[in-house]
Amino acid sequence: MNQFYTPTDHFSLLPALLLALFGCAILMLDFFVLPHPRQKRWLIFFALLGEFFAGLALYRQYRFLEDQSIPALRAFSDGLIIDGFSIFFNAIFVAAAVLVAIISYRYLEVEGEHHGEFYGLILLAQCGMYFLASGTELVTIFIGIELMAVTFYILVGFLRSDRRSNEAAMKYLLLGAFSSGFLAYGFSLLYAITGSTRLPKIAAELAQRPATDPLLLLAIVTTLVGLLFKVGAAPFHMWAPDAYEGAPTPVTAYLSVASKAASVAVLVRLFLGTLAPHRINWEPMLAVAVVLSLTIGNFSALSQTNLKRLLAFSSISHAGYILLGLIAGNRTGLTGICIYLFVYTFMNTGAFLVLISLRQKGMTGDDIDDLNGLIHRSPGHALLMALFLLSLGGIPPTAGFIAKYYIFLSLVETGHYALAITAALFVAVSIYYYFRIVRAMFLNEAGQLLPALPGWGARVGFAVTALATLAIGLYPEPIIRFAGTSLLR
Amino acid sequence: MNVDLISILGNFYVLTLIKLGLVAGVLLTALAYLQWIERKVIAHIQLRVGPTRVGPHGLLQPLADTIKLLTKEDLMPSHVNKFFYVLAPMVAVFFALSAIAVIPFGPKINVFGIETYMQLSDLNIGILFLLALSGMGVYGIALAGWSSNNKYSLIGGLRSSAQMISYELPMALAIASPLLLAGSLSLREIAESQAGFMLGFIPRWSIFQMPAPQLMAFVLFMIAGFAETNRIPFDLPEAENELVAGFHTEYSSMKFASFFMAEYANMVTICCLATLLFLGGWYPIVPSPVADYIPTLVHLAGGGMLIFHGLQPARKWDKYTMPVFGVAFLAVGLLFLVPFLQPILLPLFWFISKVGILLFLFIWVRATLPRFRYDQLMHFAWAFMFPVSVVHLFVTAFLVALLK
Amino acid sequence: MDAILFFLFAAIAVVSAINVVVQRHPISSALSLVGVMGSLAVLYLLLGAEFIAAAQMIVYAGAIMVLFVFVIMLLNAGAEKSPRKGWILTAVAMPLLVLFLGMVSYIIQRGFPNAPLVVFGQFTGGSPKDVGMALFTRYLLPFEITSVLILIAIIGAVVLARKEME
Repeated sequence: MNQFYTPTDHFSLLPALLLALFGCAILMLDFFVLPHPRQKRWLIFFALLGEFFAGLALYRQYRFLEDQSIPALRAFSDGLIIDGFSIFFNAIFVAAAVLVAIISYRYLEVEGEHHGEFYGLILLAQCGMYFLASGTELVTIFIGIELMAVTFYILVGFLRSDRRSNEAAMKYLLLGAFSSGFLAYGFSLLYAITGSTRLPKIAAELAQRPATDPLLLLAIVTTLVGLLFKVGAAPFHMWAPDAYEGAPTPVTAYLSVASKAASVAVLVRLFLGTLAPHRINWEPMLAVAVVLSLTIGNFSALSQTNLKRLLAFSSISHAGYILLGLIAGNRTGLTGICIYLFVYTFMNTGAFLVLISLRQKGMTGDDIDDLNGLIHRSPGHALLMALFLLSLGGIPPTAGFIAKYYIFLSLVETGHYALAITAALFVAVSIYYYFRIVRAMFLNEAGQLLPALPGWGARVGFAVTALATLAIGLYPEPIIRFAGTSLLR
Repeated sequence: MNVDLISILGNFYVLTLIKLGLVAGVLLTALAYLQWIERKVIAHIQLRVGPTRVGPHGLLQPLADTIKLLTKEDLMPSHVNKFFYVLAPMVAVFFALSAIAVIPFGPKINVFGIETYMQLSDLNIGILFLLALSGMGVYGIALAGWSSNNKYSLIGGLRSSAQMISYELPMALAIASPLLLAGSLSLREIAESQAGFMLGFIPRWSIFQMPAPQLMAFVLFMIAGFAETNRIPFDLPEAENELVAGFHTEYSSMKFASFFMAEYANMVTICCLATLLFLGGWYPIVPSPVADYIPTLVHLAGGGMLIFHGLQPARKWDKYTMPVFGVAFLAVGLLFLVPFLQPILLPLFWFISKVGILLFLFIWVRATLPRFRYDQLMHFAWAFMFPVSVVHLFVTAFLVALLK
Repeated sequence: MDAILFFLFAAIAVVSAINVVVQRHPISSALSLVGVMGSLAVLYLLLGAEFIAAAQMIVYAGAIMVLFVFVIMLLNAGAEKSPRKGWILTAVAMPLLVLFLGMVSYIIQRGFPNAPLVVFGQFTGGSPKDVGMALFTRYLLPFEITSVLILIAIIGAVVLARKEME
């Protein structure tokens, strides 16, 4: 028996195992142990406990790699890999999930929705992401993606009494299923070409094929389409604004941060690892996607009045920046991707957290006008929002600057000057719409809305996100080193 | 015997065609007579006499019914969805009759030097094939209910689809546990795995077989089987006091007969399957030398009784009909003693008698039990049958892994 | 014989698949899809993947599609109205579709220059035992994750369908 499930397998699977276990345990507790609505608030501690143990298992994996000083640990006969890259991305997922769990506490109270399923689903979605960061086998990756996506379909539609939430879930489900079809087609072609589902074997087989192989081109196109959809990059971004707007705000944060990071992890592993020899095929396609994402994301964001929609379009453009690192594809580019996603986790979640704090019963508070004169009502929130928006815009000394700096550096290093200049121009555009929000908060007349209510969840969330955004911006050394250890190859 | 003829007969396609003709003829006749038996048995249970008019003891009643159904006007209601309305009975009867193709009636036999299995085709996924067919059978009823464009029919069709889907689960799980004992999905191999005796006298049938006797699975399977065939106490789809005649309200003539045939064919299939999975297929209940004489004894006793009744006729025609049947029984009984027919007839006897007993059980239940209410039916499936069959499967798997 | 059967059922599969899209009534579409599933199962059977064939029939045709049909009947969905499309759109789209399909099939045809031809009856790794061995050894991990995926799907159904909280 041990032949099929070795201690190594167990060790490499442990974080996902813990997440799934705690996810199920929360559902059970919700149903059997804590039946009273008032008791259900305690479920968040089980969610955090699960994250703690998963983080611990990840840390043990990290220590193991350090102690043995081996670059990677392979398990499940090349089905799963533990390397710096997977650990880094899983750390992002843990951070995102913890933040989302904390910030959704109050949100669920306000909306009067169930706690149990929500936390359970957050953990289970992260379980799917684990396989995206660590999977090196096509079937595992595909099922991981589906695991994540199905959970998000549910989470997006979690507010059943809200028509927008239902509509968003429906759109996301239909388009998501369509894109999964593309991905499955691409994966099946890869399998047909190489006769294996394991990435190392596929890479070895593909290296022997000519770059002009039309079949391989077809496989690359379909795989790319499927993954770009999940990342939310143009021209496959149509779902993003509606899903972001309709979803419960914590889910929007989770979706924009963790789901994006997980899909980028797959993109990086596939395209910089397995398909690296065929760069000539995929680089132009990716470049087109990047330019489109930047254009559509930034220009559409200009005219938005709904904050969640605005952040959705801004996240499309951020996907463009992240993919730029993939086009550069060198050490700096990869470090840039890692840092970008890490930083993005904090600053974007922080921005959504401000929206959540402003939300009160009977009031959504996600129009730009709702922020009018926020500096008079709740100065703390206004300042924090300004910080996150500056960071999203990429202005020093915030963390967003470091992230963009690495991306641009990698582009210059690899000689992609045209792309670098285009991207730089779009940074200017983005600053315009971020400052629209800042202007509303600081200069506009105050509205009649109530000030935001403080809560422990919001306090902790603000402390973590703001601290991370500032600290990484001022002293980026440790995170750069951490990201540096995560390089593939 | 001409050598060429044997080689032609031994050809796969020719042989299959011959077997097909035999099986189809026997099956269709049996289906017709099953109806007669059902009416007779229920009548006697309820202290009536049942059909007596056509032929002695109503024995020609099935023939009369068939002629009646064939010659009746085939109504096509004006409000139905014509395509699906015509398609539905065909679907129902097609999938119901196809099931017989994979059911083995006996072991490998040797007729005039041609070796063949008493089975139309030995799929090594036979049991899965049957499950697939039973799943497809739902379409016939559901479509009939929907295309009739009649609210009673629709409710009947919906009820039956829901019921069949719900009971397919415990049924599949109940089937799975004897498969663990047999270690095969081929029905022939499953039956063969139950040959022999434990301690010299207990047959190694699945319901007795160590280490995990499947009595519980057998009961679950039969209950699910009742539901799958829409029989009382689960005949909600055609509950006449609520739904007129359920999904086949709008059907007449041969289309109606098709549903009728499908129901009885499904019943036969379920009983054959239960026999093969749980009751040792064609293997006798006692060890060989004794078992070889049982069929003869049974037939001789039956024949003797018939002749005895013929000598003291209760009705006018009994003094002619009873002795004729009695003599026929005696002749059949003696046939079982012919050595070269024995390898064919003995397994057939055991198989058919087991199936017959189960079919009798179906009829018996119909004559005795009242109908479920619909919510009870669904609750029973999901809250009792399903968990019990899951637990049973786990226990069986555990025992088999541990002790085998 | 095998080749004839293959082409017969491949044709049925393609025609049914087109019928799924062309038919206006949801029941007709759903049943055409059953036809696709059924003919696919026969194709699997011809290729020697008997367990997959049976699973295809039991799971897709026998369970999932029955539920589809069930729900369509329950909602009593009528034929959908034909959307107003200009003939120009059709005239442009149809050749493009044919072109795309032709291109894909050409690429796939030429893409496997040295691939061995499929010989019917040669593949014997499709028995339940082989499938089980593959699932529980080589593909153990995806298999187990799939169970989590199904669990989530069930939870999702419950979450989205439960009654309003008081």
